[in-house]
Amino acid sequence: MNRLRRLLAENAVVLLFAALIAAAIPLSGAPPLYLLQEVLTRLGRNAVLVLSLLLPVMAGMGLNFGMVLGAMAGQIGLILVTDWAIVGLPGLTLAAMLATPVAVLLGWLCGAVLNRAKGREMVTGYILGFFVNGLYQLVVLYAMGSLIPMLNPELVLSRGYGVRNVINLTGVRQVLDRLVPARIGGIQLPVFTYALIAAMCLFVVWFRRTKLGQDMRAVGQDRAVADAAGIPVERTRILAIVLSTLLACYGQIVFLQNLGTLNTYNSHEQAGMFSIAALLIGGASVTRASIPNVLVGVVLFHLLFIVSPTAGKNLVGSAQLGEYFRQFVSYGVIAVALVLYAWRKQAGEQQARAALRGPGVGT
Amino acid sequence: MVGGAPALRLRGIGKSFGESRVLEDVSLEVAPGEVVGLVGENGAGKSTLMRILFGMPIIRETGGYQGSVEVAGQEVRFRSPFDALDAGIGMVHQEFSLLPGFTAAENILLNREPLRRSALDEVFGERLSLLDRAAMEARARRSIERLGVPLDPAMLVKEMPVGHRQFTEIARELGREGLRLLVLDEPTAVLTESEAATLLGRLRALAAEGVAMIFISHRLGEVLSLCQRVAVLRDGRLVQDLPAGRTSVRGLAAAMVGREMAAATGAEPRTFPAGEPLLEVEGLWVDMPGETVRDATFSVARGEILGIGGLAGQGKLGIPNGLMGLHPAGGRVRYRGRPLPLGEPRAALEAGLAFVSEDRRGVGLLLDEGIDWNVAFGAMQVQGACLRPLLGGLLQWRSDAAMASLAAGYVKELEIRCTGVRQKAGTLSGGNQQKVCLARAFALSPELLLVAEPTRGIDVGAKELVLAALRRLNRERGTTIVVVSSELHELRSLCDRIAIVYEGRIAGHLPASAALEELGLLMAGAATAPPPEAR
Amino acid sequence: MSGARRLLAEFGLPRVIIALFLLGLFAAAPLVGVSLAASLSDTVVRFGMNGILVLALVPMIQSGCGLNFGLPLGVLAGLLGATLSIEIGLTGPGGFAAAAGISLGFAALFGLGYGVLLNRVKGGEMMIATYVGFASVMFMCMAWLVLPYRSPTMIWGFGGEGLRTTISVEGFWLRVLDDFLSVRIGEEFRFPTGLLLAFGAAAALVWGFFRLRVGTAMTAAGQNPVYARAAGVDVDRMRTLSVVLSTMLGALGILAFQQSFGFIQLYQGPFYMAFPAVAAILIGGASVSRASLVHVLVGTFLFQGILTMTPSVINSVVKADMSDVVRVIVSNGMILYALTRRPAEGR
Repeated sequence: MNRLRRLLAENAVVLLFAALIAAAIPLSGAPPLYLLQEVLTRLGRNAVLVLSLLLPVMAGMGLNFGMVLGAMAGQIGLILVTDWAIVGLPGLTLAAMLATPVAVLLGWLCGAVLNRAKGREMVTGYILGFFVNGLYQLVVLYAMGSLIPMLNPELVLSRGYGVRNVINLTGVRQVLDRLVPARIGGIQLPVFTYALIAAMCLFVVWFRRTKLGQDMRAVGQDRAVADAAGIPVERTRILAIVLSTLLACYGQIVFLQNLGTLNTYNSHEQAGMFSIAALLIGGASVTRASIPNVLVGVVLFHLLFIVSPTAGKNLVGSAQLGEYFRQFVSYGVIAVALVLYAWRKQAGEQQARAALRGPGVGT
Repeated sequence: MVGGAPALRLRGIGKSFGESRVLEDVSLEVAPGEVVGLVGENGAGKSTLMRILFGMPIIRETGGYQGSVEVAGQEVRFRSPFDALDAGIGMVHQEFSLLPGFTAAENILLNREPLRRSALDEVFGERLSLLDRAAMEARARRSIERLGVPLDPAMLVKEMPVGHRQFTEIARELGREGLRLLVLDEPTAVLTESEAATLLGRLRALAAEGVAMIFISHRLGEVLSLCQRVAVLRDGRLVQDLPAGRTSVRGLAAAMVGREMAAATGAEPRTFPAGEPLLEVEGLWVDMPGETVRDATFSVARGEILGIGGLAGQGKLGIPNGLMGLHPAGGRVRYRGRPLPLGEPRAALEAGLAFVSEDRRGVGLLLDEGIDWNVAFGAMQVQGACLRPLLGGLLQWRSDAAMASLAAGYVKELEIRCTGVRQKAGTLSGGNQQKVCLARAFALSPELLLVAEPTRGIDVGAKELVLAALRRLNRERGTTIVVVSSELHELRSLCDRIAIVYEGRIAGHLPASAALEELGLLMAGAATAPPPEAR
Repeated sequence: MSGARRLLAEFGLPRVIIALFLLGLFAAAPLVGVSLAASLSDTVVRFGMNGILVLALVPMIQSGCGLNFGLPLGVLAGLLGATLSIEIGLTGPGGFAAAAGISLGFAALFGLGYGVLLNRVKGGEMMIATYVGFASVMFMCMAWLVLPYRSPTMIWGFGGEGLRTTISVEGFWLRVLDDFLSVRIGEEFRFPTGLLLAFGAAAALVWGFFRLRVGTAMTAAGQNPVYARAAGVDVDRMRTLSVVLSTMLGALGILAFQQSFGFIQLYQGPFYMAFPAVAAILIGGASVSRASLVHVLVGTFLFQGILTMTPSVINSVVKADMSDVVRVIVSNGMILYALTRRPAEGR
């Protein structure tokens, strides 16, 4: 009985959203097969990005709002290979290879900055995302086509430099998803992408069992104790962010190859927000996040994404309302998660103090 | 290596922090398998000595130390605590340094985990090797078995009882290779009696295996029962180093507080008429971290100066902090015959109490504001001083001129050395900061003033001034004062009566003229107070 | 020499760089054919438009709640006031006053709830404020769609649902503050007397507030909450009060902005409202825990000056519209600088 209650309490967020979606699906009138296809596609699209958030949580740095840095690195790789017209799997691989050093560099920068802002990593990472976005725009909007030569005039704005707002990634579109074609009962399955996600999950599982993974957990629990034991705290934190940024970079490449179009100036912004919301809807918190949280979160978040506009339209005659509702939920769930975290931290501190009251304490 | 070399030999250790000398010519030897007790009042130099032994960076940064440290016959000069660990010296702290979300095994082997080597190591270095969980558990189990306690290596620390956490810490030190010397700093402070007894038993067994130990504790009974020798530090000097059999609790307590001063009597005791006391405290508990008060009962007569003494961590500081509502507290407190609500600073202030906190920079001052703000703020908020009514009293405008003149008065009275009343409190010296804190309390014209550690960390000249100011306040304005201090001499020269706090309770009251030795005994918990009559 | 260095240290290197940059822009303006008078006039108007929004950050910084990234909450209250005033059909100064009155009511209410929330999440205020702000904006997006507004100037014509995305205040209270006693100097310089008077009045009120007993207590609560508590101040109440004040000023701030700008921007309009204001006060020299009116005035002028001058001057030099990128880098760089500064004072 008690265990059941604890299980319910621990999964309250997941259950709440599952119920919400269960109510919205019939309202939206979406055919089940369509929903299934969409969810399976989006799982392949989004899972790697969300997975990238796990390591910083483990290292006690909270939700890595700085993951957009990795997304930007991935986009730079994709823009370059599209410009050079290198298509197919080689194109995608090259994009990832080009993006890797950029992501490592940005991740290192992010980790170093966050080390200067211990205790407020999240808000700092968040602002850092905006700041680097400015630098990204400087490169993509001004340097590309002027300082960095662009071969394909179709990618360049009509004024002669700067990358267009929307790029069709025709050369690499769904290259991963269709590498191993599979159809089951009319449902298309991105088998290779799933294999990639599975490999990433295995990587995370393996990583947790390494010495570095253990050190990250130690640093995440108590920096002072880890430091006293001789663990290089600052370096470990930087490595957590570098790995997260790198995974986010590959995640964004996987995401965009499935979508097939790149919104040069805001694809990455959305990547950060939606990934964090998905992880939280999956039942993660600022201090605890697991692979099941990732997978459940992606499925639930995207189901909500798919059904809420139509549900809104059928309910009050406004698709726009459903769209706003979806965004409200995304922001709201992040706000609620942060509030709960701060709340519990305060309550925990009080509880720890109460434990100091020795025997003999009266009422 | 010499066969009979001691595990540790300290020779002529001396250390100064700036002007103040904290250690002078301390020599101490610990043979393999020997347990040496180290006792002393707060500030006697125990922690500085341990910092030197462990090569803490702060020692090097403040100019190093004199004398030499030898481990197993070899002179060493550690540059960091890790050097000390490598040389086989382990430390068990009073506060646990464990990770709550890790198991006992993970904590015992923190950053010393056995790894499974693989080809990947060549490329990425060993931080990417997998942990060898089976070996970890086996090694943790070995340490636990050596300690001989029932500890589950797979249990999370946060789910353990307090005693088991202490065992985990010790097991961690035992797990290190070549452990020669174990330093235990108040290891029984947080344990229940039965847990402490178990721990002492296990420590004896370890010593029999040849591990040398330094056991730091204020529980003199425990020290005598565990240790073969007991060394006493006082004011930075090793004043006594005797086999346990040749000393007693009384002897240790006397050595700790000093016998030569015992001839000097305290202030002339005054007597106060019986009748309703100004403050009556019964069964007070205060949840102040590190200074828990469990069950304190005492009263203060009108016009009296009461001193409260005791060793650090026993709860003496919790008493004024609890009375002022700064930490969760409970119990029955009556002030001028009326109940005083606890947990509400404002209520205490409005009733006529004022408090000078022991934590000057944390609680006592606005470091970034001038002396004028610091002095006047309390009086302004509680009593409406330095305010000018506007719009018929609807708004209360701050009068900077009134604040400045109030502050200027105290600058003169207490001889606060500053460039002017606008000087920021954070830029003043410690002694002058303390005078500003006093001025803030004086400005409230309290009926009862609580002062905690009024002379901690300030120079001799300022000390005299602060004590004189308190005495003047009592004699000239009739203010009743409760002084909480670690310095017995200071309490004896200032107070009428002294209460000693031990383990969260009042161990006893003595007149200020009582012999130091008697006070020392109370501080060491060796004598208990007669039960309060109220019971 | 050391005096100059101390001045530099006190003023802060980033501030000096930004001030020099702005000075350079003004100096370069005539060379590239940009009218100095028009630029100055623009800068002054924008200084007045944004001033109160920046001012709104002061109470919360002073009380220790940090940078108010939840400013959109105040802005939403302002939008409710503005739209309700138009819905009633009030015009001119009366309409503006009604908008202000209604806004203040909503702002007090929002601020109270928001303040109570922030008291329970001490230490995590800034990130939570950001997302509470975002979530409220999205919530109000839904509200704008379904609230039963009727005024034809505000709702979509045929076929649309809810309120328009931008609503013109022309015919209601366009430039009621700007044009009050405004002075024209030369061809291109117009001095918006009323607007600056309003900003000045708001600033004077804030200044006065911090000279009251309660304002003094709030400052102490922000600097050292333990000290304030020991002196009998109810720290949580001071924090809540500061959030209410901040939200109310935010509501007034957006109204002052709208009457000059000419439009009410609904839906996602208030989304990023907090960031320029936060950047401005930091450029002015405020830190996460300390802010003064001087910081507001200097910061708003410098930041708005750069926003005004970069499009005109930089664009004519490099022939590219870089103003947006410059704004993003300067403002977020400034916030980042403040967040990563080692706390030298205060807590």
